[in-house]
Amino acid sequence: MDLVLPGLGLTFWMVLVFGLLLFLLKKFAWKPILAALHEREHSIEEALKSAEYAREQMAKLQSDNESLHKQAREERDQILKEAKVMKDNIIAEAKKSAEEEGKRMIQRATEEINKQKQSAIAELKGQVATLSVNIAEKLISNQLSNSAEQQAIIASQVNNLNNNQQAIA
Amino acid sequence: MPENKGLSILSKLQLFVLIFVFTLFSPVFSFANEPVNHQTPEIKNADISTSDSLDAEEYAHPDAHAESHEVFNPGKMILQHVKDAHDWHILDYNGHAVSIPLPVIIYDNGVHMFMSSAFKHGHATVESKGNFYKLHEGHIYKTDASGAILIGDKEVVTNEQPMDFSITKNVFAMLIGAVIILLVFLTVAKSYKNRGNSAPKGLQSLIEPLILFIKDEVVVPSVGAKHASKFLPMLLTIFFFIFINNLLGLIPIAPFGANLTGNIAVTMILAVFVFIVVNFSGNKYYWKHIFMPDVPIALWILLIPIELFGVILKPFVLMLRLFANITAGHIIMLGFFSLIFIFGERNMYAGYGTSVLSVAFTLFMSVLELLVAFLQAYVFTLLTSLYIGAAVEEHHHAEDHH
Repeated sequence: MDLVLPGLGLTFWMVLVFGLLLFLLKKFAWKPILAALHEREHSIEEALKSAEYAREQMAKLQSDNESLHKQAREERDQILKEAKVMKDNIIAEAKKSAEEEGKRMIQRATEEINKQKQSAIAELKGQVATLSVNIAEKLISNQLSNSAEQQAIIASQVNNLNNNQQAIA
Repeated sequence: MPENKGLSILSKLQLFVLIFVFTLFSPVFSFANEPVNHQTPEIKNADISTSDSLDAEEYAHPDAHAESHEVFNPGKMILQHVKDAHDWHILDYNGHAVSIPLPVIIYDNGVHMFMSSAFKHGHATVESKGNFYKLHEGHIYKTDASGAILIGDKEVVTNEQPMDFSITKNVFAMLIGAVIILLVFLTVAKSYKNRGNSAPKGLQSLIEPLILFIKDEVVVPSVGAKHASKFLPMLLTIFFFIFINNLLGLIPIAPFGANLTGNIAVTMILAVFVFIVVNFSGNKYYWKHIFMPDVPIALWILLIPIELFGVILKPFVLMLRLFANITAGHIIMLGFFSLIFIFGERNMYAGYGTSVLSVAFTLFMSVLELLVAFLQAYVFTLLTSLYIGAAVEEHHHAEDHH
């Protein structure tokens, strides 16, 4: 029976010792220990969170980089394309203007040639007239006394010739 | 009446270890073969089983040696160990009990203090401030100058029992346990303060997993994260008090090995603390559940007493479970040791032979008891957490309940 009957002394000491132990441990052991554990848990959680954040940032940065890259490439392509178009335009324009210039030069040359031809013809006409007059003078001086009258007739004849030629041209 | 004739586990164990060593080195030692053992078969082998009775007889009747042949009584020996005592019996040597005397404190119209050695194991009457006290069957009785213990009907002692606040074996063991617990946890707390957030080291890393286990696996799931921090100090103290004292109770060397957590007074106080904490932290839902259960009013007459009974029963069962488990563990181990002496009484060599088996069984039981030491501390803490959890739980829907 003794075994299951709590003794007075032990009960008293148990209340005292356990109460004291509870108080002392609570104040000097559990408080700092649990606080430290809590803080460590907290800091680990924080660290994990910040690591996650850093990883996210990293991924974001990487994708940013990628898109930047892509954009730059696109821009480059665009510029190249534009440059090509511009080049083609310039070449085409240059070709066109060169062609025009060439045409114009040919025309001018043609005109010059024509002008030279006209003057040459005119000079030739004059020389032919003089030559003809000289010939006629020589011929006629022998036959005609009134050479002045003869000269006028020849000049009108030459003028007629000139007019005819103009009509042909 | 011969008293204190059983041996405490300590003396049993230590002598047993001695015997085991002697068996191993029997060619060297001839101690066990002293002629006295052979000549008188009634006097048990190696003096041990009878030493206490011889010791006892010596005080009671100086000439008792020749006539007394007390048979080894394992039941009595075991009970004597698992119960509390006023001195700490270490071993018997040469027919004399070697024990640590502990202070006796009696309140009997004033405080009486003396060492338990004054009782001479119950053979002497102690005079203190004009009163006379005698130790009888582990209890202190007030006597007259002659020290007569009066036995009335049904073998009940009729002497007056003074209020006994002695530092008994269990109180002493508890004080040692408390000092160890304080040392351990104050050291650990200091290292937490010093080391801040760095990884645990040394003793800290031994204790921390246990604290975290109790905190994260036991208390927080049962009590709920909201209230856990309020009850954690109490629950951790309960857990480590039981666990460490369970373990100390398994150490079979002098200042340890007391059956402290297997003492009903100790488990009762633990249960009372639990009872107080649970009921003082009970919220309105807890009390409503007891006094206004969600059943037809006609059934209240039946249910309210049951619920009230349950309030008492829960800590009561906690008390019994711990007491029974730890006491049973001690009894089993002592039972195995007793086998050696029971066989040894018949034949010394049978005793030696049995010792081998007993060691094997006791070793097995010791390992099992290590598990039980943890398990009982865990179960006590878990159930306390669950009771507290039930007391502080918020019920948003009353119909959830039962």
